[in-house]
Amino acid sequence: MELLTINNVWMMICTALVFFMHTGFAFLEIGLTRQKNTINILFKNIFIITAGLLLYYIGGFNLMYPGEFNGFLGFAGFGIDAPLAASGTLDLAYNGGYTYWTDFLFQGMFAATAATIVSGAVAERMKIGAFMIFTILYVGIIYPIAGSWKWGGGFLDQMGFYDFAGSTLVHSVGGWAALVAVWLLGPRIGKFKNGIAQAIPGHNIPLATAGVLILWLGWFGFNGGSVLSADPELTSLTLVTTCLAAAAGGIIAASVSLIRYKNLDLTMFLNGILGGLVGITAGADVMTPESAIIIGAIAGALIVFAVSFIDAIKLDDPVGAIAVHLICGIWGTLAVGIFSTNPEHTFLIQLTGVACYAAFCILASFLIIFTLKKTIGIRVSEKEELEGLDAHEHGMDSYPDFRLNEH
Amino acid sequence: MKKIEAIIRKSKYTAVKDALHEVGVSFFSYWDVTGVGNEKEGHVYRGVSYSTSDIQRRHLSIVVNDDFEEITVKTIIEASSTGQVGDGKIFVIDIIDAYRIRTGEKGNSTLN
Repeated sequence: MELLTINNVWMMICTALVFFMHTGFAFLEIGLTRQKNTINILFKNIFIITAGLLLYYIGGFNLMYPGEFNGFLGFAGFGIDAPLAASGTLDLAYNGGYTYWTDFLFQGMFAATAATIVSGAVAERMKIGAFMIFTILYVGIIYPIAGSWKWGGGFLDQMGFYDFAGSTLVHSVGGWAALVAVWLLGPRIGKFKNGIAQAIPGHNIPLATAGVLILWLGWFGFNGGSVLSADPELTSLTLVTTCLAAAAGGIIAASVSLIRYKNLDLTMFLNGILGGLVGITAGADVMTPESAIIIGAIAGALIVFAVSFIDAIKLDDPVGAIAVHLICGIWGTLAVGIFSTNPEHTFLIQLTGVACYAAFCILASFLIIFTLKKTIGIRVSEKEELEGLDAHEHGMDSYPDFRLNEH
Repeated sequence: MKKIEAIIRKSKYTAVKDALHEVGVSFFSYWDVTGVGNEKEGHVYRGVSYSTSDIQRRHLSIVVNDDFEEITVKTIIEASSTGQVGDGKIFVIDIIDAYRIRTGEKGNSTLN
């Protein structure tokens, strides 16, 4: 009983930390975009966390954790139904690490994250209505089904696929949708001139910096809570590997950027930290500190090359979401097959998992976004985009006392 | 009366203001402006190099009596020059008349 109490308290702290990550995402996204679209981005982020939690209550939780099922798709019914003990109180034998309520809320906080990743990638040009419909379908249905394959005990779990806290299940699931959405949306006006990528600087770098540090803090809960108890060895090891990977990712991204572009680019430094965090997430509890540093460092280097590669193939990702969440998510998942201290984790099974999620997420997000494109449309008009989504989609101004820049 | 409009580097503003006070030009208006000019500022953002010709400067608007024109212009040039491209420009414009709102007086005495 006392152990359950301690475990449960840790899990609730982690739940709160994962919730706080939404502040980090919001700050990072608005910091790396232009001020004329700030309200729009904040609105999307607030919608994701509120709608995400309700959707997870309505069907998501039982779609992701259906109990016994065929391994591909199961559903344990609408709403949440706490198991009761004979005395009529909550059945504390549900799990040694947390109560039923904590389980729901912790997983619910994760669910919204996948759509937040897409929000940054489609920033400054996507219709808010289309984005909201996409969020409802992706967070309400696609993410829980994808999650059930591994965390719900589905076929990938039985195959031996390992994803500790979601390099693939959360970050790549969001990243694949971001890739498809960015491709179907097209670049922002002015991003490519004569085929050459142009810089569209973000309007508030201090806010982006705060966002990344908040995300790092949130990751203590994201990875630390994924131990699913307050196990002293595993939680502390997880926090060490998480932080070392973040640090290595930042340092290497900044260094590679310095060598390649001859400047000290803070936004690459920040993306490198996130890349390291996403990279270590798949195996944070099965790595030595040295492996964590290597994984983070490689993730950091990948960020710099991925950002310029995405520019080179004419995709416009304003905040680097595809580089951070998709590329580093894939890398982190594969890295488990290379560096894991558990010999049962193999590269081939990790690769199989990545491929299954790629196929499912690309197909699902394409169907949703393509249908939206052909029906209600996904892109705002040229006038709206140039004058800002805040003024047209919301009729508001994020900083009424400041003058707008012309770019 | 003359109006002296000076566009100077923001970093030179304090030096110019102090120098003008020393020679007896103690009131004027100023505001921050953005313009385009010969100077280009090179930047790199997320691996993409770009240069912006949007330059931030401070615009001073000083109305003086005719006998102050020369010393005002000279003072601004001395205090704000760095010798580099982008030091700014000074324009001198004739002013037809001036009024002091509080008293209704007109002419040179309004500038004392």
